Amino acid sequence: MADFLLHALLAGLALALVAGPLGSFVVWRRMAYFGETLSHAALLGLALGLWLAISPTLAIIALCLLLALALLGLQGRQALASDTLLGMLAPTMLALGLVTMSLLEVRVDLLGYLFGDLLAISREDLYWVLGGSALVLLLLVPLWRPLLAITVHEELARVEGLPVAGLRLALMLLIALVIALAMKIVGVLLITSLLIIPAAAAQRHARTPEQMAVGASLLGLLAVSAGLSLSWFQDTPAGPSIVVSAAALFLLSFALPRRR
Amino acid sequence: MSDDLLRLSGVSVRFNGQDTLDAVNLRVRPGEIVTLIGPNGAGKTTLVRVVLGLLKADSGEVWRRPKLRIGYMPQKLQVDATLPLSVQRFLRLVPGVSAAMARAALEEVGAAHVLDHPLQKISGGELQRVLLARALLRKPELLVLDEPVQGVDVAGQAALYRLIGTLRERYGCGVLMVSHDLHLVMSATDQVVCLNRHVCCSGHPEQVSGDPAFVELFGRDARSLAIYQHRHDHAHDLHGGVVLKKPHTHGPNCNHG
Repeated sequence: MADFLLHALLAGLALALVAGPLGSFVVWRRMAYFGETLSHAALLGLALGLWLAISPTLAIIALCLLLALALLGLQGRQALASDTLLGMLAPTMLALGLVTMSLLEVRVDLLGYLFGDLLAISREDLYWVLGGSALVLLLLVPLWRPLLAITVHEELARVEGLPVAGLRLALMLLIALVIALAMKIVGVLLITSLLIIPAAAAQRHARTPEQMAVGASLLGLLAVSAGLSLSWFQDTPAGPSIVVSAAALFLLSFALPRRR
Repeated sequence: MSDDLLRLSGVSVRFNGQDTLDAVNLRVRPGEIVTLIGPNGAGKTTLVRVVLGLLKADSGEVWRRPKLRIGYMPQKLQVDATLPLSVQRFLRLVPGVSAAMARAALEEVGAAHVLDHPLQKISGGELQRVLLARALLRKPELLVLDEPVQGVDVAGQAALYRLIGTLRERYGCGVLMVSHDLHLVMSATDQVVCLNRHVCCSGHPEQVSGDPAFVELFGRDARSLAIYQHRHDHAHDLHGGVVLKKPHTHGPNCNHG
């Protein structure tokens, strides 16, 4: 197998694996728009990285984390509903990224960043994705039950002694990290679909939170494999092919009879 | 004095410059059931949030026994329909709870049959019992129940109040409970606190026992139903402010008695 294809496959599979459990939380906690906003900011992070001449991946992660912190502080502090706030921020971030990019007068493959360029994954990119995914999975193990508890009822969790604000922040930071890593693979415009679609597809057939998370991971792996095959044999763009495959799996989940 | 679980003195909470709670005093001792009653917007839930430590009082003092274990039963529980969570799993979100303990707690509140049901698919009355079981799994010294009989029919309400009384006996815990209803307060309530932003009055509830129609209607549950009768030394205007009932002064041309 060609090197670049192997890189693409490994990076895609690693991300699909962590996107399962995290995407489940995004669905349960209705954070889809939050993820959307962070992903739209990734382009600005990339531009800043180029400007400051630091690793673009590092810059994207840093910006996503900062934005997650800012959003946590903004939410509930003003009269605007949180969907209005996020609806303003998402396109603003994307526009800022595009404007900054043009001011810098660097030539980058814009289309690749917007819609992903999985087949151009370098060895360094791959290490980032593998390391980052492993870190997220490791952190999720001890955080799993407390995160589930705050998802069920935040005040109950607080009375029972859980550090609710800290846990919410931790979840946001994990999502920010995954989004920063996923940008190269599916692109800023399609990242949230990688988080949400497999989780939504697994939901119908899961009886426990863990089944849904694992199911979402498996469906994600399947979507990445199918999407890459489509891209390889039919010369379609890799990122969109993965998203189309995931959506097809979601539709298929309705065809299967529901266990219950 | 020293065996108090909880003491609030002169607690005030303001939202947007308006008093939601004004100089409230409250005290709960072990084995004692204290019921908060009052109209909508009286600040009952606000007071509960202060007790739980979810809300900071703007002034006044909140004292809890050090390391007080609180079992909290929230007013409602809305879990997103996409989260596949059985009742058993919900109970086991409390750290250190085994499957056997979860089952025992459910049996104790009489809801063992919903153990494996999805949390979102059980009835209102069953959900209240499940929430109570979860509060018990914390081995509480203080049970805080925010409208525990909400969405439960009258016969079920009496049964639930009776259950709370039994649990108090068994665990020896103090109970602080919010009731929306002026008329339906449990006989086992040791103290009723009537709240309307400030404490209007507090004391022991008077029991209705002799009325045969009452006994006939509710059977043996009648003893746990009571009408709380009390008199206010003041009235409230439409905004909840206090209006003292002063006799009016007569003018020079006044010819009424």
